Amino acid sequence: MTKTTENIKSDVLTQDQKRTKERSAKSVKASRKTSLSTKVSKNMILLGLLLFAFVILYPLFWMVVSSLKSYDEIYNNVWGLPSVWHFENYATAWSMGISGYFINSLWVTLATIFLVVIIGSMAAFTLSRYKSRWIDVALIFTIGGIMMNPQVALIPLFEMLTWMDLINTHWALILTYVAYRLPLTIILIRAFFLSIPRELEESAIIDGCSEFGIYARIYLPLSVPIIVTTIVLTAYFAWNEFMFATVFIDSDMLKTIPSGLMNFRDALRTDWGVLLAGMVIATIPMVVLLIFLQRYLVRGLSEGSVKG
Amino acid sequence: MIARRNRMIPALFILPSLLFLGIFIYIPLVQNFYNSFFDFSVFSPTKEYVGFSAFQQLLGDKVVMTALINNVKYAIISVIFQVAFALILATILEDKLFRRIAPMLRVIYFIPVMISISVIALLFNFIYNPQMGLLNSFLELVGLGNLAVPWLGNATTSIYAVIAMSQWQSIGFITMLFIVAIQKIPKELYEAANIDGAGKIRQFFSITIPQVKEALFVNMLITITGSMLVFNEPYILTNGGPGTSSMTLSVYMYQQGFFKDNMGYGSAVATLIFVVTAIFALIQIKVSGTGKDE
Repeated sequence: MTKTTENIKSDVLTQDQKRTKERSAKSVKASRKTSLSTKVSKNMILLGLLLFAFVILYPLFWMVVSSLKSYDEIYNNVWGLPSVWHFENYATAWSMGISGYFINSLWVTLATIFLVVIIGSMAAFTLSRYKSRWIDVALIFTIGGIMMNPQVALIPLFEMLTWMDLINTHWALILTYVAYRLPLTIILIRAFFLSIPRELEESAIIDGCSEFGIYARIYLPLSVPIIVTTIVLTAYFAWNEFMFATVFIDSDMLKTIPSGLMNFRDALRTDWGVLLAGMVIATIPMVVLLIFLQRYLVRGLSEGSVKG
Repeated sequence: MIARRNRMIPALFILPSLLFLGIFIYIPLVQNFYNSFFDFSVFSPTKEYVGFSAFQQLLGDKVVMTALINNVKYAIISVIFQVAFALILATILEDKLFRRIAPMLRVIYFIPVMISISVIALLFNFIYNPQMGLLNSFLELVGLGNLAVPWLGNATTSIYAVIAMSQWQSIGFITMLFIVAIQKIPKELYEAANIDGAGKIRQFFSITIPQVKEALFVNMLITITGSMLVFNEPYILTNGGPGTSSMTLSVYMYQQGFFKDNMGYGSAVATLIFVVTAIFALIQIKVSGTGKDE
């Protein structure tokens, strides 16, 4: 991702060499003029970048600040800081329902991650190690899953889950999330498995390692980076998914954060400070994930190139 | 013994994922086609066969037309901001001039991508609020108070307000994809161009764009497909309203199926969505070569 310092140094060096060449070629006056104009345009662009960063950050900053205000102040003092910092908004939000949604989200997300990683890596193992007509068919079947979207399946899934008696349970979310995450996960892990040298498993077979042992003791440990990527991508999807969470779960007690927040808003009506506090609580885990696991996340998103 | 074990294990390993895909992805797809030919409600035990009448209704439905036009608007505006603008942004961020500040900016631009759509939509409800909203307060602050309108409550602005929120959330995502693509371009190309005296703009058109052509195409398709499917944003912000002014196909499908209880007609709308997006998805798989052995 980031350039190594050596790279940067050599870049700077070539740049400097080039500059001295240019200087000797042209008059000193002209070179000063161009460097001045690039400086001006650099600063203009920098200003634009910072302005865009401000446009992104300010609403989020406003959300955090306003979550510490009373209703009156949110309404009448839109821009200012709170005169009294209502930290209790967070406690209120937590006890008024966010805690339940948070725990539901946590459970659904963890269960989804667990199943996706296990089932996905097992499928990827077969798809990367064996070759036959059936394996090719299975691969196409898997890749084809990427082009299916949840919107089209919404009504049939609702019927099916009702029929299975799973509607209005967490399994309705976990099973469907797993299904829709599997194609991308399998493709990512399979690509990684294909890069593992065959010699490793050959020596393992000679040592008497079983097929399952090759999967569990060689492939999985070697694939930690791509599995972390999978975990991050799945967490991001399951934590934020809205449509299934809204349609498949009716009971307020079972709702996850994205759909629960809608109930929360309706229940609170004008208690905006508490609502905003709930929104901040819902956001924190993902921002933490971004800050600490940025590298894995970006890699997965770009290799998969499928919008969450 | 060993030979048999070897044949069993791969099948056992792949079976769970095939079951998941079959039951929760492929069967619903087929079921949806089937449902399009029937008339039924959520809890009705029987389905009444109605042939192609749902599709005939679809063709004459003004709301479907409105929704389709809104989806296309969504796609066009998203391509401009999330593809064209994001590519320029990514190029700037990868330029040596900004290497100190770029890592921080990258993370900042990416933050909204990570946040749940319901949080974003609730936040934009505050921003667009006609009484105390940040947007209108800001317009008044800079003396443009006469431009302030109830963004979500006005039939001419509602869909654009929804689209604007999407841009705010997603530009960072596509920018990141372009950054990854730009980082794969061999540095020598730029060094050679520098020596030849090509300016930054010239380098952008002659090196960056040709080199990220594939990413450009894939990102464009992701954006278009996403726009044709969009559900959460309009559903939470406006629920398609006022009237049907900000309706999209997915929201209409949901409303028909779950509110008006026309599950059959909802399925027909879903079939339309499938046909529209499958075309783009097929092109994407072809172009990006996903799953190819490397």
